[in-house]
Amino acid sequence: MTEQPEREPTPDQPASGPTAQADRPYLDVRDLKVMFRTDDGDVHAVNGLSFALERGRTLGIVGESGSGKSAASLAVMGLQRGRRTTVSGEIWLDGENLVTASAERVRSLRGREMAMIFQDPLSAMHPYFKIGDQIIEAYRVHHDVSKKAAKVRAVELLDRVGIPDARRRVDSYPHEFSGGMRQRAMIAMALSCDPSLLIADEPTTALDVTVQAQILDLLNDLQKEFNSAIIIITHDLGVVAEIADEVLVMYAGNAVEHGGVQEIFSAPQHPYTWGLLSSITRLDRTRADRLRAVPGNPPSLIAVPAGCPFHPRCQYADLAGPATRTERPTLETVAPGHRVACHLPVEARVRIFREEVAPSL
Amino acid sequence: MNSHEVAKPAAAEPAGADAEAEAAVLSTVRSEPGRPATLTKDDRAAEAAEAAEAADPGGAVEAADPDALVRVTDLQVHFPVTSGALVARKIGAVRAVDGLDFAIRRGETLGLVGESGSGKSTTGRAIARLLEPTGGKVEFDGRDITHLSARSMRPLRRDIQMIFQDPYTSLNPRHTVGSIIAAPLKIVGDLSGDALRARVRELLELVGLSPEHLNRYPHEFSGGQRQRIGIARALATDPKLVIADEPVSALDVSVRAQVVNLLGDLQSELGLTYLFIAHDLSVVRHISDRVAVMYLGTIVEMADRAGMYEHPLHPYTHALLSAVPVPDPAKQHRRERILLRGDPPTPLNPPAACRFNPRCWKAEDVCRTVEPPLVEIQPGHQVACHFPEERELV
Repeated sequence: MTEQPEREPTPDQPASGPTAQADRPYLDVRDLKVMFRTDDGDVHAVNGLSFALERGRTLGIVGESGSGKSAASLAVMGLQRGRRTTVSGEIWLDGENLVTASAERVRSLRGREMAMIFQDPLSAMHPYFKIGDQIIEAYRVHHDVSKKAAKVRAVELLDRVGIPDARRRVDSYPHEFSGGMRQRAMIAMALSCDPSLLIADEPTTALDVTVQAQILDLLNDLQKEFNSAIIIITHDLGVVAEIADEVLVMYAGNAVEHGGVQEIFSAPQHPYTWGLLSSITRLDRTRADRLRAVPGNPPSLIAVPAGCPFHPRCQYADLAGPATRTERPTLETVAPGHRVACHLPVEARVRIFREEVAPSL
Repeated sequence: MNSHEVAKPAAAEPAGADAEAEAAVLSTVRSEPGRPATLTKDDRAAEAAEAAEAADPGGAVEAADPDALVRVTDLQVHFPVTSGALVARKIGAVRAVDGLDFAIRRGETLGLVGESGSGKSTTGRAIARLLEPTGGKVEFDGRDITHLSARSMRPLRRDIQMIFQDPYTSLNPRHTVGSIIAAPLKIVGDLSGDALRARVRELLELVGLSPEHLNRYPHEFSGGQRQRIGIARALATDPKLVIADEPVSALDVSVRAQVVNLLGDLQSELGLTYLFIAHDLSVVRHISDRVAVMYLGTIVEMADRAGMYEHPLHPYTHALLSAVPVPDPAKQHRRERILLRGDPPTPLNPPAACRFNPRCWKAEDVCRTVEPPLVEIQPGHQVACHFPEERELV
């Protein structure tokens, strides 16, 4: 993570007041936009994303590279503050808008109230410092305790995440740990201040499956223990099925479908979700010789297609009427807690899934 | 371990780009060819022979299998571990591959699965003879290629090609797509001029790219398209065997499906034989006819697709299959999950006898003293375990 210049707080926007707190979900993201200015043009990495998450729940964000899932989560963490980066919209965390909050304020929340686990623990940890010292540093930023007390805490955390012989291992360097142990150590670091929001960006992608199973179990246990809200970003639909309560499917910087994990897997309504489900190979069954792959490639975020961004790859685009090429569909609620952004009529979506998609899943 | 230098095979080296590293690895391996078999190895072999006799002599049947394009017998690849700054002193060996017996039949796809450090990539490299085996034998098309020199290997290179994991590092960024795909053809040297260009165009079309892409550079392509370029290069010389080392792991879901389909189409169109190395058990299920599971340099179970996924016998296979989450929440929450404790031990110092015994919940004394041989206990289904047991896990 490179150090980025902190953005100046904007005094003209109202600071989060207590009025905003009433009935707001723990995390409430509204119309979030993240844009990077580059020499090739403006990259609309996140383009009007809205979702909410309560404590004790796990949200799985699914999407391919360039769908904006990481850009959105970095924005929530307040890590999108480069000079060429514009973040707009609202990110309410526990009744406080992080987009308008001062950099100082966001920094004090980061690590304490919200923490992040990255995909590659080897590059997310400093190779030159002992694991324990890195955890101690993170802890002491937010707690006024002695190094000694912080070290006791570090040992406790390493022990909690299942590092054997934590008392000795606290003095190891990152390279002395295996991939799974490093990921555990990073989880320990993220948990050092009991965050209420934990964002895990592809936390198990670099790990072997047996280690992945251990880490997913660990996240599950920790959530029960601390009642935290977890956002897990992944491209592995199996991981989502295992750990998530709700699923947000992202495409070209926006959510195309959001719903409970059961609905997303058993009654998905967006053609892109169908494409994802049909194109994966499955452990639990032998599929037809050819997979039903989604044709084409994900679009560039510099020139997102007009209308529905998925329409050039959508085999049902013709059924959706001319609007699909000109008008961007908005997320509409189709059932309690289930939202879909698609121009196809609801009946058509239900019918197509039942008759054409489901039989081949 | 930081004071030692391990000549370790890089996980996914770009083709040719790391020639120096490759040469270094080769030379270190060459320094100990024909190393005497250790006692344990003899024990193992005797044991295996005995057991094979006792059970159905499946090994013998397979040995006579005229369909085998590749036959590997007691293959070993060890990398010396040295210490000392001025004079390298050998203090041990990473037994990356330690006694493999299997065959790849013509026209089939053999899936090789295992976790990192299991030796699956090293096995692929030894068969492609990018590495020289420390012991054992590799036969290709009836010919012993175990210790062929680089020069004698050259005519065979056109028959054995590789597809690599990372489409970003396996293509030279300074060469055009045309010259990348033409490179193997130029080395083999039977095409030039217009015929060469025509062949390159044909290859581009074969993998679903437009012939106009000839003069573009790799950076102009997406990951999936780059992997197609790598596939076109591998197919340029009309190989018999394609060794694909994690060919779709770096690709996005929708693009991965396209490349998996392409590999299948090419196989039926061109009659290719694949060795498909991957850690993703669901992709392997889709693409393989037979599957071998590796653990710490040995094969613990080998069966056809249905046998492996529907009736797995080895505890490690059970753990592996149960660890992969299936994309069906209701089913996933009902599934039995075997949680393995700890990480896989290092191949530098593998556990004695059955290598899985320290992590195995069924281990008894015999597992710590006698290495179980890989025996065929059902037709076409081999397992190396003292207590094999069928279990439904997917």
